[in-house]
Amino acid sequence: MPEATISSPRPASAGATAPGAAATADSPAVEFRDIDIAYGKFVAVRDFSLSITKGSFVTLLGPSGCGKTTILRSIAGLVDISGGQIMIDGRRVDDIPIYKRNIGLVFQSYALFPHKTVFDNVAFGLKYRNVPKPEIARKVGKALEMVRLPGSEKKLPSQLSGGQQQRIALARAIVFEPQVLLLDEPLSALDANMREEMRVEIKKIQKETGITAIFVTHDQEEALSMSDRIVVMNAGAMEQIGTPQEVYETPATAFVADFLGKANMLAGTVSRSGQAVVLATGQTIDVASPRPLGDGSKVTVVVRPQKFSVGAGTSVNRLTGRVVSASYLGGSAIYEIDIGGKTSLRANAPITGRVLREGETIDLGFDPESCILLDEDGQRIS
Amino acid sequence: MNRARRKQEGRWAWRLTGFVTVCVYIFMFAPIVATVVLSFNASMFGGFPMTGFSLQWYGKLMANEQVLAAFRTSLWIALVTAIVTTAIGVTTAFALVRFEFRGKQALSTLVILPALVPETILGVGLLVLIKAVDQPRTMLLLVLGHILLAVPYVVLIAQARMIGIRRVYEEAALSLGASRFSSFREITLPLLVPAVVGGALLAFTISFDNTSASLFWRPAGVETMPTQILSMLKISISPEINALGTVMILVTVGIPLVGGLILQSLTKLRRQGEPKEETQ
Repeated sequence: MPEATISSPRPASAGATAPGAAATADSPAVEFRDIDIAYGKFVAVRDFSLSITKGSFVTLLGPSGCGKTTILRSIAGLVDISGGQIMIDGRRVDDIPIYKRNIGLVFQSYALFPHKTVFDNVAFGLKYRNVPKPEIARKVGKALEMVRLPGSEKKLPSQLSGGQQQRIALARAIVFEPQVLLLDEPLSALDANMREEMRVEIKKIQKETGITAIFVTHDQEEALSMSDRIVVMNAGAMEQIGTPQEVYETPATAFVADFLGKANMLAGTVSRSGQAVVLATGQTIDVASPRPLGDGSKVTVVVRPQKFSVGAGTSVNRLTGRVVSASYLGGSAIYEIDIGGKTSLRANAPITGRVLREGETIDLGFDPESCILLDEDGQRIS
Repeated sequence: MNRARRKQEGRWAWRLTGFVTVCVYIFMFAPIVATVVLSFNASMFGGFPMTGFSLQWYGKLMANEQVLAAFRTSLWIALVTAIVTTAIGVTTAFALVRFEFRGKQALSTLVILPALVPETILGVGLLVLIKAVDQPRTMLLLVLGHILLAVPYVVLIAQARMIGIRRVYEEAALSLGASRFSSFREITLPLLVPAVVGGALLAFTISFDNTSASLFWRPAGVETMPTQILSMLKISISPEINALGTVMILVTVGIPLVGGLILQSLTKLRRQGEPKEETQ
């Protein structure tokens, strides 16, 4: 299984790999060492360190303006870093111009050359690598087959749909076997149906070719479904890195909990040295703190909407509230529940009996193990 | 009642607008039409009434060595101006749109300035400068002057087009391994073609029919078409001038027109075929 490793806050032990050291088989595909990126006085990225293993699919996820695209562009050399180092395959690239970096880049807006045919677009990178002509034709043909658009060589980009154009852009970026494939929100310009199809396709092609891919998105679903590792970014810094399941199930910070899947956040104070929490709304719930906590300290309890069960059950924790709104989704229903004290919860539960209506009383059950505790600074207690 | 009256008023307003419009067009085009029509007049005098149809004035023109020399001079000055101005204008526009550098605003203003300064002032100014450094008036000065006059327009046209070409195309080319020069040559320049052609045609026209500045700059004994017409007018209003004027109109209107048509058919070729819908 391809893996991305993070060594936070600093990569590996200092001096393990000297800057500019020769590429080795096990050097990471891309490595950031304490990079800072600033536009004038505005600091877009600060103190960012990350090491990406060869062949893995890593997603930079975050809201717009969090610095994820800036980081991606810094790998390509389209953005200058103000501090730190970027290594590609063990080679320091800070001073290498973009056209010598051997990187495949896919843009949100496709960026196919409008005056060139599909063949010339895809062949562009090969031409500048002095690949002989028959070899170019063979490789372009193969790349077009890979993106399931064989025989489209003579068409112009304007004759293709958005989805087709993005596939050609993908073929153009991988045909010369770059060391890293960078994808800058490649799906956001597509309509919803195409987006899901392309998601599967990109992931499939990445696996087939074994290329290292770095994907930038603000869409949590894309991130969760495609990535080996997700790097959650906020305000120019890394919030958490982990497998999709890790970041979703055990968010490291309040930001991650909220950004991925809109978790419920309940304020409260610790009692029974971390085995229970008295909520601000008055109820007491059992929690399972991984370490003893001082009674009376303030915490936030995070519970995913999917962790609630509706109706009578065997769960330890029980909350009662009033349904504010209910949306029926077929297999499950999403309830907005008022539990008093101006606090509302969101529950996404499978439908066992009938769907409750607005104004009805609802019983919610959940286990202590489903509760994640955050301290006053919004950091997970572990 | 009221409504009917308002309708009546509206109709009159429209008629008045139409009348004024027609008058303006007559005022603008009547002299041109008169020149063209009179160039075919058989009469000795360059005015109405027409006495018959004749091509004799065109024949005389062809036999007039002075006129032919002036025509040749104007033609090659305009050609050189068009080529040099387009090269300067396109690269300047590229730099102004794509790069950040100190004094960019100043350069941008400076480049446009010759279009804002009255031509006569520019003509005298360059002449004074040449005298100050004690250089003779040469053809080079004349060509440089025309380039100076045409550059602002070419820069403006190329700049407008350049802004429309998204930077992402160049970034894509760079990421695929093309150097900055290669990506300009292979991606940006072809996308700039309409501006390049348009700019060249405009520069040609500006140079070809420039009168006032050329009067100051031309070396002794050299005439361009407009100055030739002017000096012929000093002697007499001969029908030959009408014929010459018609030729001038043909060149200055015809060249941009033909260029525009060629460009249009080129873009049509490129857009052939409607965008296809996704089949799956």
